[in-house]
Amino acid sequence: MGTVVTIDVRDPAVDPAVLDVAVAYLHDVEARFSTYRADGEVSRLGRGELREDECSADVRHVLALSEELRRTSDGHFDIRRHRADGVLDPSGLVKGWSIEEASLLLEAGGARNYAINAGGDIIARGEPEPGRAWRVGIRHPRITDRLAATLWVRDLAVATSGSYERGEHIRTPLTGRAPRELLSLTVIGPSLTWADAYATAGFSMGLAGLAWVAGHPGYGAYGITADERVTWTPALDGLLA
Amino acid sequence: MPKRGAIALVTTATALVLLLSFKTPSEALPAGSTGGSPAALAQAGPPAASLAPAPTPAPADGSGATAAPVATASPGATATTNGTIAGSVVQTRYGPVQVRVTIQGGRITDAQAIQLPSDHPRSVELSRYAGSVLRSDVLAAQSAQVDLVSGATYTSVAYLQSLQAALDAAHS
Repeated sequence: MGTVVTIDVRDPAVDPAVLDVAVAYLHDVEARFSTYRADGEVSRLGRGELREDECSADVRHVLALSEELRRTSDGHFDIRRHRADGVLDPSGLVKGWSIEEASLLLEAGGARNYAINAGGDIIARGEPEPGRAWRVGIRHPRITDRLAATLWVRDLAVATSGSYERGEHIRTPLTGRAPRELLSLTVIGPSLTWADAYATAGFSMGLAGLAWVAGHPGYGAYGITADERVTWTPALDGLLA
Repeated sequence: MPKRGAIALVTTATALVLLLSFKTPSEALPAGSTGGSPAALAQAGPPAASLAPAPTPAPADGSGATAAPVATASPGATATTNGTIAGSVVQTRYGPVQVRVTIQGGRITDAQAIQLPSDHPRSVELSRYAGSVLRSDVLAAQSAQVDLVSGATYTSVAYLQSLQAALDAAHS
């Protein structure tokens, strides 16, 4: 479905044209990776009209990352088995990866204090104003205008996978049934590519997903359980407001 | 997410982008909307200094959705109404969806859902923790001011329609 991406640069000297470059890049990625563009590379790859080695470097890179994650997650993340109809769908990894790439474009343009929010996947660098870190809320799973928690974030990525939306849109590839133990899993760490991927894979593992995420150095997890409690890994102790 | 700065200088820049095909859907686009809706969404009202260039047309076969920036950062004054403007309430089979945008200095600085379908209560499940190393607490319902919110957002055709209505109202 549609994703609203907000780019917020606080550096006074950064030319707004730098944001145009990042926006153009995101549209280009969408065209190549979208499974809803019949002429896009991923769609054509999925239909067997393209071989992997015929795809662009970015697509091959994402496919390689997906395969690595499939192995380390014991199949909980599998871009060939996420969708009920079996269509190849790397969107669980593409979103975080492409936003991270877009952030590098901002930094190439001189941005050091900025935040990107792509439908809840966040990169927050530097400071929104001198003297304080970015304040990131984790959405409450039931009350739409409330937060479950607040984090102080500087130079970190935040990604959440969950079942807030109507219907269970994340299927665990191994069992085919929607996961039940968690309402949401938020992952915080240095890279949005991996935070996004770990959140997707970890959510499907249920409570065990938190320990699995914490097993990756530099990454922490915050989970909201189906019985409406919250649980988090020790790495987040210093970040929770 | 307040943006402040001297009138003559662009001290902050924001861009709001609608990408219509980034994730697998929780509900399909309604029939006939693949051609019409994306083009409509890409138009952010009459051209003004702070708005995006003309949208790219949707694919002829209507199989996908192209997107164009709804608004980009630019300095300069426009005829846009500043402030907070609510879009129309769009009814879905799960309930109403309504989006509110905040416009400052001719730029969109925030977009929030002010009406979303409410969830049915789920049955309570017993949970076991993976290990005692995990912290735990009751689920709070904070109303703290934050810069950004992470969470699986409800982004659907209805949301985008209401957002577009808010933008249209801002430029009328």
